[in-house]
Amino acid sequence: MSSYEITDHHYDVVVVGAGGAGLRATLGMAASGLKTACITKVFPTRSHTVAAQGGIGAALNNMGEGDNWQYHMYDTVKGSDWLGDQDAIEYMCRNAIPSVIELENYGVPFSRTDEGKIYQRPFGGHTLDYGKSMARRACAAADRTGHAILHTLYQQCLKHQAHFHIEYFALDLLMNDEGECAGIIALCMEDGTLHRFWGQETVLATGGYGRVYFSCTSAHTCTGDGNAMALRAGLPLQDMEFVQFHPTGVYGAGVLITEGARGEGGYLTNSEGERFMERFAPTAKDLASRDVVSRAMTIEINEGRGVGPNKDHIMLHLEHIDADTLHQRLPGITETARIFCGVDVTREPIPVLPTVHYNMGGIPTNYHGEVISPNGNDENAVVPGLMAIGEAACVSVHGANRLGTNSLLDIVVFGRAAAHRAVETVTPGAATRTAPQAATEKALERFNRMRNASGSESTASIRLEMQHVMQRHAAVFRSTDSLSDGVQNMDNVAGKMAHIGVKDKSLIWNTDLVEALELENLVGQALVTIRSAEQRQESRGAHAHENWPERDDDKWMKHTVMRLDEDNKSELSYRNVIMNTLSNDVAPIPPAPRVY
Amino acid sequence: MAEFALPANSKMTKGESHSAPANAQDVRTFQIYRWSPDDDANPRIDSFDIDLDDCGPMVLDALIKIKSEQDSSLTFRRSCREGICGSCSMNIDGTNTLACLKSIAEVKGDVKIFPLPHMPVVKDLVPDLSNAYRQLTSIEPWLKTDKPAPEGQERRQSPEEREKLDGLWECVLCFSCSTACPSYWWNSDEYLGPAVLLQAYRWVADSRDDHTSERLDALDDSFALYRCHTIMNCAKTCPKGLNPGKAIASIKSDLAKR
Ligand SMILES: Cc1cc2nc3c(=O)[nH]c(=O)nc-3n(C[C@H](O)[C@H](O)[C@H](O)COP(=O)(O)OP(=O)(O)OC[C@H]3O[C@@H](n4cnc5c(N)ncnc54)[C@H](O)[C@@H]3O)c2cc1C
Ligand code: SF4
Ligand code: FES
Repeated sequence: MSSYEITDHHYDVVVVGAGGAGLRATLGMAASGLKTACITKVFPTRSHTVAAQGGIGAALNNMGEGDNWQYHMYDTVKGSDWLGDQDAIEYMCRNAIPSVIELENYGVPFSRTDEGKIYQRPFGGHTLDYGKSMARRACAAADRTGHAILHTLYQQCLKHQAHFHIEYFALDLLMNDEGECAGIIALCMEDGTLHRFWGQETVLATGGYGRVYFSCTSAHTCTGDGNAMALRAGLPLQDMEFVQFHPTGVYGAGVLITEGARGEGGYLTNSEGERFMERFAPTAKDLASRDVVSRAMTIEINEGRGVGPNKDHIMLHLEHIDADTLHQRLPGITETARIFCGVDVTREPIPVLPTVHYNMGGIPTNYHGEVISPNGNDENAVVPGLMAIGEAACVSVHGANRLGTNSLLDIVVFGRAAAHRAVETVTPGAATRTAPQAATEKALERFNRMRNASGSESTASIRLEMQHVMQRHAAVFRSTDSLSDGVQNMDNVAGKMAHIGVKDKSLIWNTDLVEALELENLVGQALVTIRSAEQRQESRGAHAHENWPERDDDKWMKHTVMRLDEDNKSELSYRNVIMNTLSNDVAPIPPAPRVY
Repeated sequence: MAEFALPANSKMTKGESHSAPANAQDVRTFQIYRWSPDDDANPRIDSFDIDLDDCGPMVLDALIKIKSEQDSSLTFRRSCREGICGSCSMNIDGTNTLACLKSIAEVKGDVKIFPLPHMPVVKDLVPDLSNAYRQLTSIEPWLKTDKPAPEGQERRQSPEEREKLDGLWECVLCFSCSTACPSYWWNSDEYLGPAVLLQAYRWVADSRDDHTSERLDALDDSFALYRCHTIMNCAKTCPKGLNPGKAIASIKSDLAKR
């Protein structure tokens, strides 16, 4: 294996990923004088965060409605269906306010109120006074908030001269025998060279894995590579059964129409022209939580009230909103609807369908961003040298269902928290951790095997099969039979990875190879997702189980924790949900029925 | 425009042909530029026949179908597939644009696809954009102000001031415009090009930034700025409907007013 030449780099901190989470962490670390590397498989502003549309949640109260972070916290706990950790949720909702103000101070071009403050719009599940009325809490830059934030964070990283390694594909973590993370090994796509990045801390900010499904709003690059790296290092993933379906993906194309469209007054109808959300959620209506709206839409379709020749979708109406508001507040989705479904939103409704959108599950961490790997004695044991933030992580602030605008918030708040933590734990210029050569060999062996893979199955065909299995068996509604078939079918798909073939043997920009490596990453996460779903015998948040239709707090108010070994055997355990808050400023919110 | 895409001293050859399934009804031919530094071979044009009845509507859908079904070594950048990440810029049917926003139906006849013109090619449709990225860094594209923000609050900006940024901040850095500009082709070492000048103006126009005159000083250079001869290819080609030419004109007019 030593035929590969490897270049070594030493940094105080190594951040993998340049989405909102990775860049916010990189910025905070570089600005505090830590020598920080940011490694990314796409140019930073091309990361998936750029696609986020509707807004970032923070109780700034710019609309003068008496909003406060305690309301935001209550909504988030309720939205999570009481699977979110309340210490982390308090941390996020409190720190939302300074974090978003900081973003503005960095230069984010937020839309403005007449007073010149950040404009805020309503979003699903965000309320005032514990559910009494809808809050305007989503801080927005038109409907391109992610673009505005991501570009600004990249600009700030340039200002602070962070070291970027762009179009480097991270392969594996380098773990030592003490179970600490010493860095990562990556492939430089431009010339095919291999690089080890050693640091005192390594931060995984590699985003979600939407691409395990056939129809998703996520980018092609959302393959959850960091999650898979964690699995291969023997670390667990948490709550992977909770996959969010966004109510309004464009029918067919799968691209997103932001919930902000309903925030600005849009509403859904079925084939009878009925605004059916009024039946399902009398108070919040079209702005109920995403899991609630997606289920309602699915029920309408299943009961024969879908729209179109196949009665298989729902209509989203914006045509009653005045043209100025559409132009000012929703220009991006106006364009998207025109390009991807030929719809002029000022005249006609948009055909939509619940579409896979977000992964609540990921690498378990505490609210500092430090990765947790429960052991016999300590269910909150920290993995030294390793942090995870953003959609890759499961802090867990989203529990069983994320509220809209809380992900941009999560990435910024916990990117910032990781930077604060690194400043406390890392000594500038001190020695990096080390890992034995065996760790490198193991990663090289896998890389080499894939490079020379000459089997008969193509990456595209295995990927498609996986995506269909997941789409069919781990959907909006699940059942015992369908999940157990799904588990078996996914085992079959995983078996095919032994017969994969990579045609392009070049070392230069080899996307054939990279897509095969990404597929291997996806398959591991698909296995954990469907197996985690199969074992949870209740309905909570995004996990709606037809045979177990009720939430069961006695048995199931706990996090699923699953590891996967080299033979794809999983090991299941649980962690308690953290029910205590961080401070005395707010009392823990006890479980209650979830009504919108 | 596409001729200019060739690496120096290379002659294009006819490459491989891939046919569509025999029962395909609506077949379209895609002619795609291929080149890799791995061997000494000249660039070639491969031709792929695909069944449009079994393909999404956009050129990117076709590229992905080709990569999935006919030739997995075909190399291009892509990520968001909705025109917001700026990865998939290339020259399609003679125009620089984003493959994920370009509908196949808009193209008459064979669909000819080349990398962005006049950039070094890394492989197939992947250009080396490092010069453009360096130029972006050179204009210091971040908020500069000596006034601290009000403690714990946003810097105020009126809706009217904010509106001045519209048409500037939405740029996705695809560099379709710069690589469509003849002045940039011949002077890309010194001329910043439309994409980067649009970014420069984005900061000049931001009411929160008070280093305007320093920014204008830096731009007041016959090469960096004045190589723009108002050819306006940039505005014609921008897949996001932005107008870098107008931004450049605004910089020139701000400079003239001093
Ligand atoms: C269409 C859409 C709209 C959305 N709108 C909103 C919204 O309005 N509000 C909201 O709160 N949330 C929204 N979300 C969710 C939110 O955008 C994402 O959850 C969030 O941006 C994830 O950020 P991240 O930094 O964790 O990951 P990403 O932005 O996905 O970044 C991942 C980074 O990791 C890098 N990376 C991955 N793998 C590797 C590897 N192997 N080697 C090297 N680098 C690697 C990538 O290059 C990239 O830089 C939306 C999501 C979608 C899909
Ligand atoms: S101005 Fe338009 S063409 Fe030029 S880089 Fe920006 S988005 Fe691309
Ligand atoms: S894939 Fe993102 S712009 Fe085309």
